[in-house]
Formats: sequence, structure tokens, C-alpha cells
Amino acid sequence: MSATGRRRARFQRRLRWLVLGLAVVFFVTPLWAMAVFSTSSPHGVTFDTWRQLLHVGQLSRDYPSFVDGVRLSAILVVLTVVLMLVLLVPTMTWVRLRLPALRRPMEFLCLLPLTIPAIVLVVGLAPVYAWVTYFVGPSSVWLCFAYVVLVLPYAYRAIDAGLSAIDVRTLSEAARGLGASWPRVFWSVITPNIRTALVSASFLCVALVLGEYTIASLMSRNNLQVGILQLSQRTPAISVAVSLAALVLCFLLLIVLTLATGHRRKERETG
Amino acid sequence: MAVFLVVPTAVVVVQAFRTDDGAPTLGNVRELGNTDIVHALVNSVLLSGVTAIVGAALGAVVAYAVVTAAPEGLLRRVVTAASGVLAQFGGVMLAFAWIATLGLSGLVPTLLRDHLGTDVDTSWLYGMSGFMLVYLYFQIPLMVIVFLPSLDGVRPQWREATESLGGTTWQYWRRVAGPLLAPAFFSSTLLLFANALSAYATAAALNAQSTFILPLQIGNAIGSEVVLGRQNVAKALALEMVVIVAIIMVAYAFMQRRADRWLAR
Repeated sequence: MSATGRRRARFQRRLRWLVLGLAVVFFVTPLWAMAVFSTSSPHGVTFDTWRQLLHVGQLSRDYPSFVDGVRLSAILVVLTVVLMLVLLVPTMTWVRLRLPALRRPMEFLCLLPLTIPAIVLVVGLAPVYAWVTYFVGPSSVWLCFAYVVLVLPYAYRAIDAGLSAIDVRTLSEAARGLGASWPRVFWSVITPNIRTALVSASFLCVALVLGEYTIASLMSRNNLQVGILQLSQRTPAISVAVSLAALVLCFLLLIVLTLATGHRRKERETG
Repeated sequence: MAVFLVVPTAVVVVQAFRTDDGAPTLGNVRELGNTDIVHALVNSVLLSGVTAIVGAALGAVVAYAVVTAAPEGLLRRVVTAASGVLAQFGGVMLAFAWIATLGLSGLVPTLLRDHLGTDVDTSWLYGMSGFMLVYLYFQIPLMVIVFLPSLDGVRPQWREATESLGGTTWQYWRRVAGPLLAPAFFSSTLLLFANALSAYATAAALNAQSTFILPLQIGNAIGSEVVLGRQNVAKALALEMVVIVAIIMVAYAFMQRRADRWLAR
């Protein structure tokens, strides 16, 4: 390495630590404040709030609507992920294999929700949900339809990246040549090869559904975020504790996910 | 899926021009000229503009700092994961985090009171400048996520080429990397603008009563049961937002095309 190169590397290292140091201060302070807030009491540090969180039975007695919100969000997460995968993965694979002309329109359609703010969607969704209620009943779980639309852009990108990384055409032709049926090609050839992409698409979906507030609150449904906001009006400490726990959990999950995918890549390179 | 995306948008567009009885009218749209609403529009654009530009600049610096590290390293993974969580997951929770930090009995005012003996007034948190600070908390991570791939597209060979031709670092940034990254940077900024414009959860959790930005206006118009006819004003407001976002997105698509020309892999 040349002298300038070494000097630059040193400069970049210093810059990196300076910038990231500042970023950490900015981003961790509020989280730290949440931790302090949820453990403070007139008599000093206490972990009562956190202990309360662990007692599910008591929690559901004291804050039934919050627990309802958590339950609804959990159901919505599962429904949305399943619906998204069932809708998107076969369609995208099929478009890639057989209808390449439709790729651009499909991409456009999938990225469209990014351009329409959720708050606008809510305004127009009211009559649509009047129909949904008419046909399939008034249950809140049908919010999953709206959520699938919201998550489309992110899921599309993740899955598209996965499909681009493998040679779908060659793989499926080889499998067809060996006598596999189309469903079998899909299940045992394509899906395992884009597993990482599917996992990250699903994860984005989970984060979005758990974090969704606008639609649920304005349509008067009670999901996790709405529940947290209501909780904060009664017992701020608990709502802050729940928020912090959710943020940290989400972060840890993502870290585990990226580490897992990183390992897989390394295996492939060496093996 | 068309039902849940196209129909709502169409409903917004059509009903923005209708009264509650379904008769065509321009009254809802005329309502947009209301000083209150014009004020909200100006505030919204200002808030989104400032946080988009500041967020984009700071986010780009953070992204650059990450790129200079090892590409498969732990640092990068941690930063991307954290950005993902903060950019996607925010809403209500971010508002809480900042109230815990700067609210009346929050961390910072308490620390200042206990150790320096000064009382600081942090009620600005619930106003314009507070919103800007809180919005930056999700704008910067979003910028890191969308800008990282572009920075990855910059090849080290370009820098070597500049150097072997006798160029300085300044010349490299001014003449090579800068112009190459500019379209990607601007398109990311536009995305951030649209993102801030449509953010509702954070604003509602911070200050639900106020109506000084557009999303809050819409939220209140929907929730309003007192004043009849507000439902369709909500639609007119929503239409106004769609128009703004549409302009932004056309500009975005244009920028994106320019960016792709150089940074496509």
C-alpha cells in the first residue's frame, strides 16, 4: 500500500469512529431514556414494571384491551406473512419464467404502495371495508389485506433480489428435464434456493405489521400500537417498557437473521 | 390487491369532489384554501423538506463511514439491522422514546436539573422543532438503508484511476464520485421527503390534538363526529397529499433513471 493509501486508511478509520460515535449517542440516548423511565420510581431504581410484563395473567386482567391488541397483531402478522408469500412467490417465479414481458408492469404495481401514503389509503379504505364486512364478516383480522398491500414494495424487493441471485430458468429446466412436475419444481428447487430472501421478506412484513398504527387507529381497530398508545394514557411506565422491549427484540432478531445469512454465504464460497 | 390499493385511491379522487349526499361539488376542494389548511400544508412541506435534507446529509455521512469498514464485517451488519428496525418500526414507540428523553420528567431535563441546577424548557418538543428532531430519528436510518447500495456501486478502481492521473482527494469527490452519486443522493432525498410527509403515527402519538401538519389534519377530519361534512374534506386533503407525493415520485423516477445509468451493476 502506498503512503497516501495508508494515510487515507487511517483518516477513514478515525472518521468512521467519530461519525459512528456521534450516531450512537444520538440513537441510543432516547432508548436509554426509555430504560431509565421504565425503571424509575420515587424510591429509586425498580424493576416492578418489567416484572409486571412477565405476568401474563395479571396483565390481561388489568389491561384487557392491550392484550387484545397484542393478540390481534400476532394473528395479523401470521396472516399477512402467509398471504404475502402465497401471493407473491409463485407469481414472481412464474412471471420470471414464462412472462418476462410482465416484469416491468408487475414491478411498478408492487412499488406503487410506496407512493400512496397510508393515511390517504385509510380515507379511501372505509367503503372497501364496508364491502369486506358485508362479505366475510366484521372481524379485524381482515386488516391483513390492507397490510399485504403496504408490505408489497419491501417484500417485492427482497424476493426479487433472491430470484435474481439464482438462475431460475436453468434450475427449473434441469428439474423439468429430470421429470419433476411444476409444483415440485417450485417446492423442492426454487423455494429452498431463495430461502434467505423469503426469510427477510417475511421479517420486513413482521416489522411492518407490528409497527402499523395509522390504518388500525383510524379504522378504530385495536392492534398492538393502538393498545400501547392507550396504555400510555393509563400507565406510561408499562407502555414505555413494552416499546423498548419490542424495539430491542426486533433488533436482535434482525441481527440473528443477518448473521445466519452471512454464514450461509461463507459456506458457499469455501465449499 | 387492486381492490385494496386502486379502489381506495379512486374513492379519494372521486369523493373529494362530492358532498355527503353524493352531489358533485367543488366545496371540499375550496376548503383547501382555508388558512388553517394552507398553514398545515406549509408546515408539512417545511417539516418534510428540512428533515429530508438534513436526514439525507447525515445519513449519507453515516453510510460512508460504514462503507469504509469491511463489507462483511459485524459493524456493517449491526448498523444495517439497527437502521432497519428504526426506519420501519418507529411510529408510536419513537414518540415515547423522545418523550422519555426530553419530556417534562425526561432523562435530559432531569439530569440538567440535578447536576447543573438549570431548568430547561423542553415544551418545544411538541412543536415544529421537536417534530423535526424526532423525524430525523427515523429519516437518518432510512437514508442509510437506501443510500448504502449506491455507495457500494462506487468502484475503488475509479479512485485509483483518478490518483494515477494525478488527481487529489478533493478532485476525486468534486469531479468523479460527487457527480456519480448525486442522482442517487437526490432521489434518496425525495424518498425521505415523501416518507416524512406521510408519517402519521409519530405525529399522532406526540401531539394528537394539534392540526399543524397535513396528516394530523386528515386524521382529525376522519375522526371528527362533531362537524358534518368533514369526511369529504378529509378526502380533499388526501387528494392534496396524493398530488404532492405524485410530483415527488415523478421527480424520483427521473433521478433514479439517471442514477441507474452509472451505478447499475
